[in-house]
Amino acid sequence: MIRKVRSHQTQNEPLLFERSSPGKKGYQLPPLDVPGVAPAEALGVANVRREIEGFPEVSEVEIIRHFTRLSTWNYAIDLGLYPLGSCTMKYNPRLNEFVARIEGLAQAHPYQPEELAQGAMRVQVQLEQYLRETTGMDEVTLQPAAGAHGEQTGILLIRAYLEAQGDARRKVLIPDSAHGTNPATAAIAGYEVEEIKSNDQGMIDLEALERAVDDSVAALMVTNPNTVGIFEKDIAMVAEILHTRGAQLYMDGANMNALVGIARPGDFGVDVMHLNLHKTFSTPHGGGGPGAGPVAVKKHLAPHLPVPRIEESNGILRYCYDRELSIGRVRAYFGNFGVLVRALAYILAHGGDGLRNATIDAVLNANYIRMGIEDRYELPYKAPSMHECVFSDDRQARSGVRTGDIAKRLIDYGFHPYTVSFPLIVRGALMIEPTETESKQELDLFIDALRSIADEVESDPELVRSAPHTTRTKRVDETRAARRPVLHWKAPEEEKQAAD
Amino acid sequence: MRYLPKSPEERRQMLAALGMGSAEELFSHLPADVRLDRPLDIPSGKSEYEIVQYFNGLAAQNANGYPSFLGAGVYRHFRPVVVDPLATRSEFLTAYTPYQAEISQGVLTTIFEFQTMVTQLTGMDVANASMYDGSTAVPEAGMMAARITRRDKLLVARTVHPEYREVLNTYGRHQTLPVETVAYDAESGQLDFDDLDAKLDHETAAVIVQSPNFFGVVDKTREAAELAHRYGALLVVIFTEAVSLGLLEPACEADIVAGEMQSFAHPPSYGGPFVGVLATRQKYVRQMPGRLVGETVDSEGNRAFCLTLATREQHIRRAKATSNICTNQALIALMATIYMSVFGKQGLRELAEQNLSKAHYLADEIGRNGGQRVFSGPFFNEFVVRTNGVGAAEVNRRALDEKIVGGLPLKKFYPELQDALLVCATEVNNRDEMDRYAAQFSG
Ligand SMILES: Cc1ncc(COP(=O)(O)O)c(C=O)c1O
Repeated sequence: MIRKVRSHQTQNEPLLFERSSPGKKGYQLPPLDVPGVAPAEALGVANVRREIEGFPEVSEVEIIRHFTRLSTWNYAIDLGLYPLGSCTMKYNPRLNEFVARIEGLAQAHPYQPEELAQGAMRVQVQLEQYLRETTGMDEVTLQPAAGAHGEQTGILLIRAYLEAQGDARRKVLIPDSAHGTNPATAAIAGYEVEEIKSNDQGMIDLEALERAVDDSVAALMVTNPNTVGIFEKDIAMVAEILHTRGAQLYMDGANMNALVGIARPGDFGVDVMHLNLHKTFSTPHGGGGPGAGPVAVKKHLAPHLPVPRIEESNGILRYCYDRELSIGRVRAYFGNFGVLVRALAYILAHGGDGLRNATIDAVLNANYIRMGIEDRYELPYKAPSMHECVFSDDRQARSGVRTGDIAKRLIDYGFHPYTVSFPLIVRGALMIEPTETESKQELDLFIDALRSIADEVESDPELVRSAPHTTRTKRVDETRAARRPVLHWKAPEEEKQAAD
Repeated sequence: MRYLPKSPEERRQMLAALGMGSAEELFSHLPADVRLDRPLDIPSGKSEYEIVQYFNGLAAQNANGYPSFLGAGVYRHFRPVVVDPLATRSEFLTAYTPYQAEISQGVLTTIFEFQTMVTQLTGMDVANASMYDGSTAVPEAGMMAARITRRDKLLVARTVHPEYREVLNTYGRHQTLPVETVAYDAESGQLDFDDLDAKLDHETAAVIVQSPNFFGVVDKTREAAELAHRYGALLVVIFTEAVSLGLLEPACEADIVAGEMQSFAHPPSYGGPFVGVLATRQKYVRQMPGRLVGETVDSEGNRAFCLTLATREQHIRRAKATSNICTNQALIALMATIYMSVFGKQGLRELAEQNLSKAHYLADEIGRNGGQRVFSGPFFNEFVVRTNGVGAAEVNRRALDEKIVGGLPLKKFYPELQDALLVCATEVNNRDEMDRYAAQFSG
């Protein structure tokens, strides 16, 4: 029984370009208060474009309706549970949006004199302090724009550190359960990637690690809790194996929502890690970004952090650029500042105990879901779950239904699906991360939905395979999109010519 | 904690269902030596009121409401009121990356519109869904050019934003992509073609130029393309001021266009979050970094959109991906899309003309007060001036006394431009404040 949703109408809406008609307007500029300059004279005729071909011309009402209508075609956290594993889709407090828009913060220019930017600098210093405390690390850079960018910064820090000792080394080890950004990052930082097989508990295989770590290895990139939602209990040993052979331990902090206030990477041997402020610290995903990926390091890596660093003397903050060993900038200015403001507001709202309570509820929710469906779905790794639980579609696959189909059927039940087919070490993975901001009622509905789908798989597999049935857009043909890529709108005549 | 939607009783029920008496048991499997045995040293949770007060207090320590003549890659433009109410609709603000196309058509459609408008503005064939910002789009473009040409040397004009070049150097160093700079012509402020010719060779993957460049000068991208192509190198054109695209002929001769669209609807926000753009020719699409949205149909034959050509990306290709980027800047791209639809074809041009007029007025006024423009090349809404003996720092100090933030002193980035300021005027600068700033230049 579907209890969470009923269908309602959604408005059709063409593309902006199809709404456009010459002379329609959504703007009015104030009269120019200086003499007008003729573009051709000021810039040279050849530098002035005739027009922006194809650019839309629409009115304000149409703009409002256009984007409002399109918005109703999306699912969102504000509508309900969004249990994407590894993504930490928690509630995004509106307060954070409000404070990020305070004039003196939103309108601050990165090049305004430091004496008139003390507030913006203080935001960074304060956030760095809280992130140090949360991670147990010694220093933090806020420059990276997202998780993958943080990984890259972290690996470059390791590279710079090892290089300063005489040998940057050749390889980065990555467990087969890792997120795709880990190997992609290592490659961009100039390293070869060597994959480490997980053991039968989904954890790092210490023996395999022992064998793999030699003096060509710069680092191991580990996610903890790992991508099956299990805490790597041997993490201190992992660190030791690396350290005794001169290698570094990188931690992908995507799953910090399981640890905040409970355990700190800095206390279990991690040398460098990133945080995803758009996961653990509640800044909105916005349909794919922006995020922020601060990197926290132990002291020995600190001299290599990106410039500038902020220094304080007599209560005055200033940027310090002269750091000989710095890897340089990884981004212009000071990172995704507006995202930093939001994350700081989140931390202030929770305080130390609030953060810990949030972690407890996140782990409680994941285990509650796990218990609720464990008898209907295959749980490949039985170790206790932290903030997410990962199932396999093994049982449903026998009826020809795969994780992707179950995901689509969940949509009919009014939920966003879990993460599909990741991590790769689980066959047909259903990766479920509810986060702490879900009520018991919402979780119960979700459990009921997954149990009901398990029934359907047995009674009517085709119903599941052809889902979703109640959405405005039915199953989307992704193969066609890739085979004949249409990546921008074409005017009808243009399209006709192309076909001829 | 007000963001946690459970009563103590519900929490107890859930724990009981798990056979646990206390929440501590959830973590009992963690080794004792990794557990934090004390509370986090972070003050206890604050109310909304206190948090707003706190940030108001910090904001008050920043320049508030000062007229400003800063640009240099981050531009002050009026933001149409409709942008925020639309972009902060829950369904846009709180959605994830649109992997589940059936319930993400809203964001997928707007990204498709964004990609389309970027191609229209830049004259390129395809554009991606966004990069982090302009500065990181530059090394991504450089790495892309290296893959296409199978060469590794990058030539970058010194007139590309200095912080963008720093980012390029950071990436380039570890990719073994040597980066060399190309001088500018001291008279025009444009690319020094003799220097470019001397440095170009058959190892060069790309020539990277910016237009309008960091000095605000419109550069000669056609000539740069011709020269680069003669050596089999690609031309990468960078922009930092998207409003200029309303008026300037796009660099259709480029192979890759990369830039920053902050001007379209995002406030300066102390440097981010912004939205990077990367566009290229059709034939290079499979070497592009980042997400792409494509058109297709659903099982009932209706138009639909989805993420596509993902075999370039990290989640499929892992170590062989074209980039490690995953999360991008979708929401800021949405704001830019709304902004572009508000101004549209006519409005963007009118806006660009106003910027041009304001900046030329200010340049003339500064000239009348003794400041001298340093470069003769045509400029859009920024220009470099030398003071006539007063000194760049002194001009800005005087301006600050009048609560005006002056242009950017260039000596930090260009030691040879000791006494120079990079001054920007946009549609938000009125005549009175321009007159007052110009007056500070008089001796
Ligand atoms: C485990 C893990 N690592 C890294 C990333 C990459 O983070 P981002 O998308 O912020 O670049 C993600 C998220 O997508 C992730 O889940």
